Amino acid sequence: MKRLPFILKKEFIQIFRNKAMLPIIFVVPIVQLLILANAADFEIRNIRLDISDADKSADSRELISKFEHSPFFEVSYIGQDYKGNIERLDRRESDAFLTIPDNFSHDLKSNHEVKLKLDVDGIDGQKANLTYFYAANIIRGFRPRINNIQMLGKKFPVPIQVKPRYWYNPELDYKNLMVPGILAVLVTMVGMFLSSMNIVREKEIGTIEQLNVTPITKVEFIIGKLFPFWVISLVELGIGLTFGKLIFDIPIVGSLPLLFSFTAVYLLVMLGFGLLISTFTHTQQQAMFVSWFFLVIFILMGGLFTAIENMPSWAQKITWFNPVSYFIEVLRLVLLKGSGFNDIMRYFGIVGAMALVVNSIAIFNYKKRQG
Amino acid sequence: MKGHVLRAFVKKEFLHIFRDYRTLMVLFGMPIAQVILFGYAITTELRDVKIGVWDMSKDQKSIELISNITSSEFFALNDNVSASHEIEASFKKGRVKAFLVFPNDFGNKLERGTASIQIIADASDPNTANIITNQLTSIIQRWDMLEKSKTLRRAFIDTEVRMHYNPESKSVLLFVPGVITIILMLVSAMLTSISIAREKEMGNMEILLVSPLKPAVVIIGKILPYLMLSLVNALIIMGIGNVVFEVPVNGSFVLLLLECLLFIVVALSLGVFISTKVESQQMALMMSLFALMLPTILLSGFIFPISSMPLPLQWISHAMPPKYFIIIIKAIMLKGVGIAHIWKETLILSLMAVFFIGLSVKNYKSRLE
Amino acid sequence: MNKAITANKLTKKFGNFIATNAITFDVDKGEVFGFLGANGAGKTTAIKMLTGLSRPTSGEATVAGLDIYRHAEQIKQQIGYMSQKFSLYEDMTVSENIEFYGGIYGLKRSEIRERGGKSLDQLSMTNVRNHKVNSLPLGWKQKLAFAVATLHKPGIVFLDEPTGGVDPITRRQFWEMIYQAAEEGITVFVTTHYMDEAEYCNRISIMVEGLMVACDSPAALKSLHNASSIEEVFIKIARNKE
Repeated sequence: MKRLPFILKKEFIQIFRNKAMLPIIFVVPIVQLLILANAADFEIRNIRLDISDADKSADSRELISKFEHSPFFEVSYIGQDYKGNIERLDRRESDAFLTIPDNFSHDLKSNHEVKLKLDVDGIDGQKANLTYFYAANIIRGFRPRINNIQMLGKKFPVPIQVKPRYWYNPELDYKNLMVPGILAVLVTMVGMFLSSMNIVREKEIGTIEQLNVTPITKVEFIIGKLFPFWVISLVELGIGLTFGKLIFDIPIVGSLPLLFSFTAVYLLVMLGFGLLISTFTHTQQQAMFVSWFFLVIFILMGGLFTAIENMPSWAQKITWFNPVSYFIEVLRLVLLKGSGFNDIMRYFGIVGAMALVVNSIAIFNYKKRQG
Repeated sequence: MKGHVLRAFVKKEFLHIFRDYRTLMVLFGMPIAQVILFGYAITTELRDVKIGVWDMSKDQKSIELISNITSSEFFALNDNVSASHEIEASFKKGRVKAFLVFPNDFGNKLERGTASIQIIADASDPNTANIITNQLTSIIQRWDMLEKSKTLRRAFIDTEVRMHYNPESKSVLLFVPGVITIILMLVSAMLTSISIAREKEMGNMEILLVSPLKPAVVIIGKILPYLMLSLVNALIIMGIGNVVFEVPVNGSFVLLLLECLLFIVVALSLGVFISTKVESQQMALMMSLFALMLPTILLSGFIFPISSMPLPLQWISHAMPPKYFIIIIKAIMLKGVGIAHIWKETLILSLMAVFFIGLSVKNYKSRLE
Repeated sequence: MNKAITANKLTKKFGNFIATNAITFDVDKGEVFGFLGANGAGKTTAIKMLTGLSRPTSGEATVAGLDIYRHAEQIKQQIGYMSQKFSLYEDMTVSENIEFYGGIYGLKRSEIRERGGKSLDQLSMTNVRNHKVNSLPLGWKQKLAFAVATLHKPGIVFLDEPTGGVDPITRRQFWEMIYQAAEEGITVFVTTHYMDEAEYCNRISIMVEGLMVACDSPAALKSLHNASSIEEVFIKIARNKE
């Protein structure tokens, strides 16, 4: 192991001498974090709603004003021509339109069931759902004006009250999750891309052959390759969290040392996986392709952008093998919920086992002798 | 420009591509695997979300409502607690995503109109928490309305919703076009950026530079083979979308193909542009994959609606080619509309293609001088 | 045991292609042994088997008295190697390369400083020690690579086409370095396709299409084939094969 310091020094020199790569390692991720963390918002505001009011009664105007006062909707009146309204949906000039039938007020007061029709542009899935929820909510809460004698005494039903409370994030601020989550994704991407290109680069240049005739051992070699990226990724996480705290004021409820310990183990998996890809491939291009393939899957199935619970059960089982999903879960648990070691022990175990397996295969698969 | 020069050049590029069978496998195999996987897995439809209840009254009405909620496809009961600290514990273990808290004497309060139910959502995943809360609220209130209309003999106002272009609210219809876009964008940009960077690294670029080939010929020669490959890729992916996920093509198929072609040209020329700016394959890869990946996923409207973003981000998204393509492809496939509805987006993409190719030719020329 | 290298029917097949076909030879300690042949004759394959980079299909060999199958890793401590492809790190400086390879072979820092300093003096490269390798001319790089390959004073050094693409003057200087190494007792195993270089070797072996067709001193080969130069010997042998 006395060779290790020399190997590490060489790797660090090579990383830090590459002036074109340094900004990509350190600046691009931070800039992306600061910008993109603002993008991942499912909350919908300013839904452009057309209303065609055939009733034109005091009640219908009352209902319209409810929509006008809602923070979610932006109301524009458009004629009663159904086709014209559809055309506006087609042209993406409106997001939805509500049709109030001409007997609206009358039916309400004469105790007939009233159905309001809401046509929604279903092109944006989540937006469409929320549009419906918000509109239905307003409509359910609507009660007609009691302006005639018969209505007095007959209570119009008061809908049951449902009071939501949001734990760990009372303001429902999506950035609380997205900042650490996107940071996790970026750190993962940097680490895996760099490590996957590393060994294969020496193959392409030809220096690997020279190394293979030296007494360097496989374990020394893999550690030498892994350690620098491991340090860089941890530093990057630190920088990112600092920015997240300073700029977005993300909550850090749990213990940072615990988070960093977990990240340290987790990075061994991702970097080891990168090196494994590097030992299998022959060109940097292939290595990048393969890591890209896995990264896209890891990231999109990591539970950050769309919830894992919504996936079909076989796909959920696939995520058991997705290290990113554990990392994001632990970030959520430690940073937002303040979970301690006991709560996340299981994840430590799983990720630790993954690290062991992946790196063993990488070491085994790195052959000093070919063919 | 002589035709045979271009032909010879394109042939050379094809030879490069087809000799490297690993890259070919990656090129065609991986997008297929991704589309199939994501087509199933990426969804925002709630399905059997695990919830818990803290029912302080345990009377007929509360039990009825709970069973009403859990019998829906959206929710499944996974925890039953009887004290508030148990909620905390359950959340920390990640057993459930939300709790319903029923007050004692729920049934009577309901009759008097003073009943209220509390939803405690685990908002450490705020987007999901928001959707879950809304869905729960919707189910509860609807149940309540039906109950009241029975007991009070009063009609109520109901909202009848019609989801246009996607009547069953299937996530897959919306995500498959997005996945196609992401894959076409990244794979195409990556292909050309690498291809030129490799020539630079190996010194072949110098040879091309001193050859009598015009820069435009070299660039077209680089783009053309990958254009065909990417188009085949697009067809395969859309075929899978259609056969496996029943994503329709309601509009004109020819128009769809033309738009795909246009988008691929934009992505490829972006790749060429990147390659004129970098000196090594490694840099080209990092630029086209690492620097482009998250912005493409997040700022294109693929998952998160652009209209919800802060204004500065909406401006940035205007510069993202995938944003326009997602609008176009959804419009043709799902809405079934024609060019009259998407000419603006088409025009913008065309301008982007011209812009990137123009810049590349300019960069390329300046290297010559 | 006085032999630095022994090879007995050493064979390497890639599918149906036989890269080296049962070659048998040995190399004495302190000898400069040349491996001659056209491109693709199997020289590099042979050297890769001996240095442990490639596993032989059959046959036996020892390097520094150690079996190449069982003791591949111990052999590596005893040998130096300079590959056909340029093997130093271009993005690192001259002294960083020296330090790295010295460190890998387990030299102490003081040893690295002392031996590295001496080598740089001999190469007259002390003033470029902090220059990146990619800024040096090819001949300098090759000489530096040789110095690095012998820094740990190996018993045997393998040189695979060390002078490819180098100008005649530098080739001359390079061979002076080889002789100096031999004088210090290092066995030199060198492959080349320059016929004039073969004259500098104590003994040479000639490979044609995977077969070893001759192995003797240059003088003996010339008189056997009644030729005035090794180039003539080579041409005659090649013609006989056809």
